[in-house]
Amino acid sequence: MSQLKRNNSQISETFVDHLEQHGVSRRGFLKFCSSMAAALALPTGSADVMAEALSAAKRPTVIWLSFQECTGCTESITRSHTPTIENLIFDFISLDYHHTLQVAAGHQAEEARDMAMKDAYGKYLLIVDGSIPTKDGGVYSTIAGRTNLSMLEEAAAGAAAVISVGTCAAYGGLPMAKPNPTGAVAVTDIVKDKPVMNIPGCPPIGLVMTSAIAHFLTFARLPDMDELGRPKAFYGDSIHDRCYRRTFYDQGLFAKAFDDEGARKGWCLYELGCKGPTTHNACATMKWNEGTSFPIESGHPCLGCSEPNFWDAGSFYEALSVPQGRVGETVLKAAAVGVGVGVAAAALNRSNKSAAVEGRETMTVEDLKKES
Amino acid sequence: MSERIVVDPITRIEGHLRIEAQMDGDKISAAYSSGTMVRGIENILKGRDPRDAWAFTQRICGVCTLVHGIASVRAVEDALNWEIPPNAQLIRNLMIGAQYVHDHVMHFYHLHALDWVDVVSALSADPKATSELAQSLSSWPKSSPGYFSDIQKRVKSFVESGQLGIFSNAYWGHPAYKLPAEANLMAVAHYLEALEWQRDVVKIHAILGGKNPHPNFLVGGAPVAISTEDTGNTALNMDGLMTIKGVIEKMQTFVDQVYVPDTLAVAGFYKDWFAKGEGVGNFMVMGDFPAKGNNDVDSFLVPPGIIMNRDLSTIHDFDLNDSSQIREYVAHSWYDYSGGKKEGLHPWEGETNLNYSGPQPPYEHLDVDKSYSWLKSPRWKGHAMEVGPLARVLVMYAKGHEQTVELANYALKTLDAPLEAMFSTLGRTAARTLETKIFADNMMDWYGSLVANIKAGDLATHNQKLWDPADWPSEAKGVGFTEAPRGALSHWIVIKDQKIDNYQAVVPSTWNAGPRDAEGQAGPYEAALEDRHTMHDPKQPLEILRTIHSFDPCIACAVHVTDPDGEELVQIQVTG
Repeated sequence: MSQLKRNNSQISETFVDHLEQHGVSRRGFLKFCSSMAAALALPTGSADVMAEALSAAKRPTVIWLSFQECTGCTESITRSHTPTIENLIFDFISLDYHHTLQVAAGHQAEEARDMAMKDAYGKYLLIVDGSIPTKDGGVYSTIAGRTNLSMLEEAAAGAAAVISVGTCAAYGGLPMAKPNPTGAVAVTDIVKDKPVMNIPGCPPIGLVMTSAIAHFLTFARLPDMDELGRPKAFYGDSIHDRCYRRTFYDQGLFAKAFDDEGARKGWCLYELGCKGPTTHNACATMKWNEGTSFPIESGHPCLGCSEPNFWDAGSFYEALSVPQGRVGETVLKAAAVGVGVGVAAAALNRSNKSAAVEGRETMTVEDLKKES
Repeated sequence: MSERIVVDPITRIEGHLRIEAQMDGDKISAAYSSGTMVRGIENILKGRDPRDAWAFTQRICGVCTLVHGIASVRAVEDALNWEIPPNAQLIRNLMIGAQYVHDHVMHFYHLHALDWVDVVSALSADPKATSELAQSLSSWPKSSPGYFSDIQKRVKSFVESGQLGIFSNAYWGHPAYKLPAEANLMAVAHYLEALEWQRDVVKIHAILGGKNPHPNFLVGGAPVAISTEDTGNTALNMDGLMTIKGVIEKMQTFVDQVYVPDTLAVAGFYKDWFAKGEGVGNFMVMGDFPAKGNNDVDSFLVPPGIIMNRDLSTIHDFDLNDSSQIREYVAHSWYDYSGGKKEGLHPWEGETNLNYSGPQPPYEHLDVDKSYSWLKSPRWKGHAMEVGPLARVLVMYAKGHEQTVELANYALKTLDAPLEAMFSTLGRTAARTLETKIFADNMMDWYGSLVANIKAGDLATHNQKLWDPADWPSEAKGVGFTEAPRGALSHWIVIKDQKIDNYQAVVPSTWNAGPRDAEGQAGPYEAALEDRHTMHDPKQPLEILRTIHSFDPCIACAVHVTDPDGEELVQIQVTG
């Protein structure tokens, strides 16, 4: 942990030169690292460790595979405001294969992937979005004449770790919804011998994806995760527990229709079908699109999109059958006894969240920044 | 023997697309378009609550996110004769408009530009000359020599690192790149600026739909209730309205000062692309942006209409419900019809027997004499039709829409090109830019109307009358359509006993990217590639990418499925 105690002045001049060569000011870069450390609820000083790790002379290779997907996850990562996608791909990672963004097509694209896997074998980060069809030999989705299954197996073999972004890659998602016409499965159904982190959501919040990637780049391992493989920093609490409308739930004030008086006053959407009580995600705290809003704030019940099988959990407008208790507490207790990596970070994270849950307050990224 | 080029994956698009091009010397003599991924969303929809359908269909595509949501809620509303409040109409228009502007700008800079812009060439640009170039084109403030010098340093450091990331193994230095170094540098700067800009544009979706991508919709109106407080309660409060206004201003400024001038500047160096890549010469528009409800097509900003054989003097009408008009063919698709693979079926009567008959992976080539795509081939009265920005601009131009006529004439005059130049790869790309300006300019009107309604005390956003499915007839069917950024999109729904009995979608990229039909007629992608394309180096498919990207492909899904007993369940054909 001694490393974590370094201060900014100890960052080498070489590093400053390096930043400037990248067209990044020293101040701007440190701000970037602080934001990420804050988003991940890392301990004080982590920003500097992150700064050093990210300024490595050779940018770590990232290979991004897209299977049965809608490109919503890629779109979402471009919405991350700090770190931004351009920060990541031009300054901190080498995104050597990504269908939506890469210039090369066809043979040149496949060759770029082959070269990257060979050069960084055992070290690269593999990111996957979309589920993998397994029925009928996998003919329902091919790239360059190959099945998704064979491409995933090949790429996973040389990966240091795998991140499944979006509910499709994490849990099978929409393609796996009943009756699962193409035999779609999640990444973890295929990849068994590598560390895999799930960043579910349909899509996930962009900032959650970029922050999780930055964590891996900094510490060369995945952050503390829950039993569903999700980083606790972002998925530790239910939407309900952190919702700004929670106070209305506690008072029994519910919107009964979409534009009745209660709806206009921002009352709880529980009776209109909100799945917030059973959904774990950061929407109520970080919110979407630079903290602009999130589904409940914009009047729509939470769909529950970061949970496995949410497509098959009944109508989105059907109220949950049993009123929910203090779900967040249960989860926190479960987390507290869990064993994981990144203990210090997780502990800090947990204590912040405990305080917020107790106080029934919404904790924002800004609050987290103050803490770290 | 002539070579068959394969480009798979086609990158910088949505979804999974493969192009095979048969070469005759250096010319493309035949081209084949194949969608290579299916999910089966139609089968998944069967038996579910029609009010939920928008969320499922929206996940067809996360790039043109929202268009399937819009088409879906409109389909249910059409089936049940469910009118929505004026505010909900305005909120939807604002969301569709923001989607257009966002999607088209990102397509231009992040998906299409690098077909025309050589990033490596930007290294040799003179920042001062770049500044002069930028200032000659526009009053956009980020144009100083120092600014371009910083961008150049950043690119230089990136290139010299030897790790080119998303730019690796590309076509830098290819002789088809014609821009001067300064124009390349300016475009690279705008590539980065557009990434930043788009994060603000989507805040309109975040306020009105809770998030982007995949904002929320609601059958019968809009989910967001209006709060008349300054802050708090709901996102659509007075603060939220001010944010929307500010974002609209930012959108307009970027379109006027960056996107439009860049398009014209880049196009000026590639005028030869005004003479190839035409496609089928037939265009279809279903129409959108209603002012007085979805049934009053005369109130649409984008009117419906069909143009045949480039003839702008006659705009044909069409009828979605006439089974002799829109039909889908599977002669070269991985599906069977009970009446044989040669017949065409109206979507209402569509059959959907999934039957992959292509080569077993891994494979080198598709058997293009047989079936070769997961996409069907939609046709109007037997004709292949192009949909999308070019179709819309042509129909609006032909109908005399004032701003369209003015803008198109201005662009053509600036580029010293005749109207016929629009029937081309570059014409398609230019049309996308022109319509972006038209939609961006209309955003403030919709915003103003919404504010006026709120001031007058009208806060209605949802028509609750039919929310309870118990109030629905036991059987109903409807059509919902929208003009998605990539073209005409229609969803058909059949509701039985309050559940989805049948659901179908015929989607823009299906019209454009579908394979040959029973008559052997090529789809628009295929026809465009067969129109005067020569390849400088068949191993470097830059020319193919230019024309395919001019359509802005969105190949998310194309599915017709049966249940395990072989009985037809639901039909849908979807791409984005």
